[in-house]
Amino acid sequence: MGYRTDYARVQNLGAAHEGVGHWWGQRISSLALIPLTPLFVIPFGRALGGGYEAILATYSGWGNALVAVAFLLVGFWHLAQGLQVVVEDYVPQKGPRMGLLLGNTLLCGAFALAGVFAILTILLRA
Amino acid sequence: MVQLTLPKNSQMRTGKTWPKPEGATNLRTFRIYRWSPDDGENPRVDTYFVDMDNCGPMVLDALIKIKNEIDPTLTFRRSCREGICGSCAMNIDGGNHLACIFGMDEVKGDVNIYPLPHMPVVKDLVPDLTHFYAQHASIQPWLETKSNTPAKEWRQSIEDREKLDGLYECVMCACCSTACPSYWWNGDRYLGPAALLHAYRWIIDSRDEATGERLDDLHDPFKLYRCHTIMNCTKTCPKGLNPAKAIAQIKKLMVERVV
Repeated sequence: MGYRTDYARVQNLGAAHEGVGHWWGQRISSLALIPLTPLFVIPFGRALGGGYEAILATYSGWGNALVAVAFLLVGFWHLAQGLQVVVEDYVPQKGPRMGLLLGNTLLCGAFALAGVFAILTILLRA
Repeated sequence: MVQLTLPKNSQMRTGKTWPKPEGATNLRTFRIYRWSPDDGENPRVDTYFVDMDNCGPMVLDALIKIKNEIDPTLTFRRSCREGICGSCAMNIDGGNHLACIFGMDEVKGDVNIYPLPHMPVVKDLVPDLTHFYAQHASIQPWLETKSNTPAKEWRQSIEDREKLDGLYECVMCACCSTACPSYWWNGDRYLGPAALLHAYRWIIDSRDEATGERLDDLHDPFKLYRCHTIMNCTKTCPKGLNPAKAIAQIKKLMVERVV
């Protein structure tokens, strides 16, 4: 219980002057994923049944490898942005919120980098 | 803030069933939320029976009849009884409506009436709207100018005036903001559809000279971008306005500034 006025509570710390980049990024990554998803999933799905050799064969060419790299980068960027919204919406406590936001960025970044590294390894060894 | 269960002292109980009016043949059942800060009791839902042969057609008519003839302690706000003042906003049959312009024929079965959702309750059907009004004040809902005041008036073309249609009609009843899940979870920081609709009303006003400052003040992940276009605001607005579209227009202007 404090004596701050409601107006002061509403003003709080003022506007952060950010948010448009995140909002615009969500839209751009959504649009990019429309063509990238089928372009990635179809060759990946075909290769899945064929075992290790089939995967090597699929990603040893520049076309599939570049699509896979783009899909992983854009996909995890989109995922990170989406999860950030979920955390901001539903986790009000400062500590857990900060921890989850940090974890989200680090994990999505790590998964994207691991995927890109795997694809490039196959491509450059071929 | 997210809270999935009610605190013990907020859990609702079955309340009193008031006697049926004598001799009435056309009865309608009303189940109404009751809570008083003075008795230390939990909220309860009281049951009333209203003689529809001697009652007006709107939910507010029934509430006034209950207060006049059955239970004078029933508390609710009302004033204009024609959808202009916005006082009698409440949750009727699961949706937020103005009781004065919401007909009882629109409700099937018993009429369930609660205060506007997720707001502190002052008493019975009266929510505390202090924070909601402060949010409205924070968007500076008046004409901001820097040029010298003209001798006669700030002129506006017919086309520019038409841009305010669908915005200026808002009566600040709070139906939209209290129907918005984002406002429920983050109402302390998210301005909500009503305040944002009013913000857009001044942003788009051709006479206003503080458009940039207004957008600066809204450029915030919580003040503006908690809106996820859920559209409950537009669905529930008793005046038929579209706050979701107004918020989308603000977001478009934000992008215009950077692209």
